[in-house]
Amino acid sequence: MVYETVVLHGHIIDSLLLPKVLDVILQSGGTFELADIRIGKTREEPSFARIVVRADPPDRLARIIAELQSHGATVEKEADCRWLPAPADGVFPEEFYATTNLPTEVRLRGRWVPVAGIEMDLGVRIDPGEHGAMTVPMAEVRTGDRIVVGREGVRVAPLERPAQLDVFGFMESQVSSERPHGHTIAGVARRMEALRDGGGKVLFAGGPAIIHGGGRESLAWLIESGFIHVLFCGNALAVHDMEAHLYGTSLGFSLTGGPGSRHGHEHHLRTINRIRAIGSIEEAVRSGVITTGVMAACVRRQVTVVMAGTIRDDGPLPGVITDSVQAQAAMRAALPGVGLALLVASTLHAVATGNLLPASVPTVCVDISPASPIKLADRGSLQAIGLVMDAASFLRELARELGWKE
Amino acid sequence: MSRLLVCPPDHYRIAYEINPWMHLEGQADPTVARVQWDALTAILEKECRATLERMVPVAGLPDLVFTANGGAVMGRTAVLSRFRHPERRPEEPHFERWFREQGYQVEHLPEGIFFEGAGDFLGFEDVWFGGYRQRTDLRAYQVVGAFVGRRILPVELVDPRFYHLDTCFCPLPGGELIWFPPAFDRYGQAVIMDWVEGPRRIAVPEEEAVRFACNAVCVGRHVVLPEGCPVTMERLESFGYTPHAVGLSEFIKSGGAAKCLTLALD
Repeated sequence: MVYETVVLHGHIIDSLLLPKVLDVILQSGGTFELADIRIGKTREEPSFARIVVRADPPDRLARIIAELQSHGATVEKEADCRWLPAPADGVFPEEFYATTNLPTEVRLRGRWVPVAGIEMDLGVRIDPGEHGAMTVPMAEVRTGDRIVVGREGVRVAPLERPAQLDVFGFMESQVSSERPHGHTIAGVARRMEALRDGGGKVLFAGGPAIIHGGGRESLAWLIESGFIHVLFCGNALAVHDMEAHLYGTSLGFSLTGGPGSRHGHEHHLRTINRIRAIGSIEEAVRSGVITTGVMAACVRRQVTVVMAGTIRDDGPLPGVITDSVQAQAAMRAALPGVGLALLVASTLHAVATGNLLPASVPTVCVDISPASPIKLADRGSLQAIGLVMDAASFLRELARELGWKE
Repeated sequence: MSRLLVCPPDHYRIAYEINPWMHLEGQADPTVARVQWDALTAILEKECRATLERMVPVAGLPDLVFTANGGAVMGRTAVLSRFRHPERRPEEPHFERWFREQGYQVEHLPEGIFFEGAGDFLGFEDVWFGGYRQRTDLRAYQVVGAFVGRRILPVELVDPRFYHLDTCFCPLPGGELIWFPPAFDRYGQAVIMDWVEGPRRIAVPEEEAVRFACNAVCVGRHVVLPEGCPVTMERLESFGYTPHAVGLSEFIKSGGAAKCLTLALD
């Protein structure tokens, strides 16, 4: 939907001009958002309102704007965005524009151009012909790149409510352990079905508690059934998943009951060593060494897996990316087409993934502790729905909702 | 003592059509117009005891008689009009010269914003109203408000016959109002009714509105209005005003009457 920002000032409250202008917008088939309003404190002091007007098609918007101008509204003065060359590799110019995760446009030679690759906390690079713009991480900027500076000529659109009012229709970052989960999980399941049937992708980022807690079978089923298309995890999820196949344990504890296995603490190390000897997880699955669980399902269903390492990793497994900048880049490359993100039982991967996602991607963050979804929201992923619950329970309920029989 | 600016109708005629009242074939009679203008000024000077300042008429500027449209005067500041119709723009330098010669601080509106002076800008002690849409641009009031340090509430004029605020809205010195409500949209009506309580509003009937009952000049308790408006006259008397009816038919052919022919200077 196209939009234009207008400003109104003067005695717009007591002259009823503001309500009148808003009525005009609605009656003409547009919608508005009051982006800013300042009401005069005394009778003499004028008031001010900045109104974002949206309408489709563009000529309807133009007619609405013309009508608003006759009621004293002025179109906010627009200027092209400013840019400066990056002073060195990996360094933005001072006052670089830092992105949000919301749809963003920059004005180039009088035209508003959408910024590609929306992600928070990056810079915006303009192509040399000044026809397009895309986000660029700090580490990837090269000397002389044209980087947008200041805020002039940059506009950010708030998220539009989706026409379909499912659980994501009122995206909110409220996190509470005291809300029923059933409705939300059913809503997530419906979206996963729609994405699978429509060719969209579901991203799953998870931590090893899924394996420890008994969520391995249901997650593997979701992958085998074609509901998950991208997996972000660390060394541990993959290790314990394959440990479960080879030894029936997760971090040495039997998954079927009983006390800790004798020398069980070695199981995950032996698992890592085994896979390293084979050369890759893919080869371990293909050769029949690993036949069940999450990683086996990923290989069979050709799920895009990005494993990002940390400094406490054992091994790590072949395929784990130990350079965090490279890991970020690999995660970023897997995002196009993602229509739902499930961030389960991993604060680290949840926040890392949240940072990379545009706010337009519905996101569900599941954790036994409210700290994780709260942290995600505090870092700007306001679209994330928080579910405070055990990961394995979530996965089992979700899988059952999609037809899994235990 | 009220001081009013007037301009003798030496060159007055209907030379173009820029409102629904003007018709080239319905030409004003210059002799009758002169007699009517002399009668109006006589009542203002003798009955109402107003002081009249007379501008020098200019050949080729027939509407210079409608001095209310030349600007808005507040204290020693005169905000010069910028006419919407090119036909009246040549009047602007003459009004500007007159204001300057009289020692007023003359203020101009930014390029591209139209403002038709006291024709569209009228008020009470504590609040002023600005008519917009037909002649004056609403944005003019943001500028004028800053020049004169007054709160101005813009009201939209929706009937082309009442193209200036002073054709349908006349504040009286006692806080009463003569007006023709259908000339405003519902927002404008609500704003006006919010400021002027019911018993103080004199809503004129349509047959008197089209005889320019609202286009009245107030000098103290005297109100001078066109003839043929008995209902309005009676209401004015009930509020303790002294109404004076004056024949102004030749000027109504141009869409103006008593108020349009004067500009309040004090």
